[in-house]
Amino acid sequence: MAKTLFEKVWDLHQVVPETADTPAVLFIDLHLTHEVTSPQAFTLLREQGLPVRRTDLTFATMDHSTPTTTDQIFGGVPIKLASARGQVEQFARNCAEFNVELLGLQNEKRGIVHIIGPEMGLTQPGKTIVCGDSHTSTHGAFGALAFGIGSTEVGHVFATQCLLQRKAKTMAINVEGALAPGVTAKDLILAIIHEVGVSGGTGHVIEYRGSTIRALSMEERMTVCNMSIEAGARAGMIAPDDTTFAYLEGRERAPQGAAWTTAVAGWRELVTDEGATFDREVQIDATKIQPMITYGTHPGMSIQVSGHVPVRDGDAVFAQSLAYMGLNAGQAIAGAAVDVVFVGSCTNGRLSDLIATADILRGRKVAPGVQMLIVPGSQQVKRAAEALGLHTVFAAAGAEWRESGCSMCLGMNGDTVAKGQYCVSTSNRNFEGRQGVGSRTLLASPLTAAASAITGRVTDPRTLLA
Amino acid sequence: MEPIRILHSRTVVMAATNIDTDQIIPARFLTTTTKEGLGAQLFADWRYDAAGTPKPDFILNQPASQGCQVLVAGRNIGCGSSREHAPWALVDYGFRAVVSTEIADIFRNNSLKNGLLPIIVDAATHQWLVANPGAEVTVDLQHCELGLPDGRKVLFPVEAFARFCLLNGTDEMGYLLKQGTAIAAYEASHGQQRSRTTA
Repeated sequence: MAKTLFEKVWDLHQVVPETADTPAVLFIDLHLTHEVTSPQAFTLLREQGLPVRRTDLTFATMDHSTPTTTDQIFGGVPIKLASARGQVEQFARNCAEFNVELLGLQNEKRGIVHIIGPEMGLTQPGKTIVCGDSHTSTHGAFGALAFGIGSTEVGHVFATQCLLQRKAKTMAINVEGALAPGVTAKDLILAIIHEVGVSGGTGHVIEYRGSTIRALSMEERMTVCNMSIEAGARAGMIAPDDTTFAYLEGRERAPQGAAWTTAVAGWRELVTDEGATFDREVQIDATKIQPMITYGTHPGMSIQVSGHVPVRDGDAVFAQSLAYMGLNAGQAIAGAAVDVVFVGSCTNGRLSDLIATADILRGRKVAPGVQMLIVPGSQQVKRAAEALGLHTVFAAAGAEWRESGCSMCLGMNGDTVAKGQYCVSTSNRNFEGRQGVGSRTLLASPLTAAASAITGRVTDPRTLLA
Repeated sequence: MEPIRILHSRTVVMAATNIDTDQIIPARFLTTTTKEGLGAQLFADWRYDAAGTPKPDFILNQPASQGCQVLVAGRNIGCGSSREHAPWALVDYGFRAVVSTEIADIFRNNSLKNGLLPIIVDAATHQWLVANPGAEVTVDLQHCELGLPDGRKVLFPVEAFARFCLLNGTDEMGYLLKQGTAIAAYEASHGQQRSRTTA
């Protein structure tokens, strides 16, 4: 029978198939863990006297509550935020006690969990990958089945390397046509979420397909899959191809030598068969997509940067959202004042994002009164950017260049946006208070974020691109 | 986990759509390393002003909401972050059921594991519940029925195994640990295909 990519990966990981009374027991190939959603799971192990069953399939980093200033990472200055310090220290103790490999605070490869998995070659086609973090969907860019879980399930995977799961429905998002210059993968996924809606993917695993997707680099594919959860989907997947294999080949934890050849041969089977059907299909014309930005308080509330805030009379929730944002129905979003610009996160914290940012900043200055924070997704991204001299471009423009972490995406580590301030952010969520109490977030691409930093106003990056 | 069989409670209505888990429990409270005590921070930014004083117009600060176990929320509650701190906070506060027309996947999953019953109802029932805040309802998990004050019984779906666990107050861990033989057999037969995290 013809199968979708998701169904193939699902079938290969069923330890016990599902029945009417019981979910499937699904084997997990890679369990990524971090300091915020694991403590309660380690406690569960301790209470029940259980070990981590497969330490060889478990990998830990610290990213969410870690500081991004160099003095607190390498300068001997203790983590200033006491609660974060306690969490980081406990995580290190937990990993040591349960023999889990951890990239500690000063490790040269530490970074955001969804950046380092691919970067180290841990993320591979056909794997089942989980993490106590909803943006685990990022890893689906490699043709893995990757999804976020809660802390109770983190405990289940620690103890049994398995999860109880009901099979999800499938959704194909078919994207055709070339993206115009200045239009990025971030604009594409914002446009997709706008089309599907923030709950349109609920209960589904998305497969992104079509010529546009095939033409994307791996870093761009990761940006797309990363925000699948923002459409409500459990996971987003892209079938592996030569782009995928070229990215992975030679990475330290990817198969090497003869094992690599064998692995690639198997991975080439991980495509949706001709004639396989999806529960739902959506068509997207990529040629019509323009630079996008959000104006409201969920990621589906987006418009073209050249567009106007919609008018929805009689919609109280919509009105409340605009009141929170301090924006008016009908106003042009371009030209709206900006206080802070954040480039980073598991959505847009990779080298290509920093190169795009530098392309706009080079030879220009961040507008007076605007704070621009550039936070690399990992320490390896940081060094790669510095090898290209990007840090000098950022410094010359007046932007702050930090150590890696989740940082201002969710403000857990103290990198926050002040009440009432506007932040054009390359992250993934514009929820109320996401970047700090009372913060106002406008999600956009690194190009749009950088252009807005230069003018101090929401700006279509195409006006600054040579 | 406390078993759920029958709940009798008045409802609290928060009709806003897309109430995300960042609202249910803001990220700055996630540096905790335990599950306990999060009820105090439930909906913190909607519930308290900058000085930490309860905002009188917020629904949970009103006398009629006290002691209610059933939260009626707008479509797509629990979207966003996978933080299980969201159901921990709701349960610690005293809620045992969340009713909506749509509930986000990860939040629904996490809720089922913590004795918080996610109840999906049709639009008409939801509309009635939103229009009648404080209604005295009965949640009967044995029969998967939501009883309304006028005697109507509305059926709701619950995944069979999760229902079993909720009715008995048991965790899924015990069931998973009993699959040890099957897991070992799977590992033995698939070992060659698995690439370890270590190089």
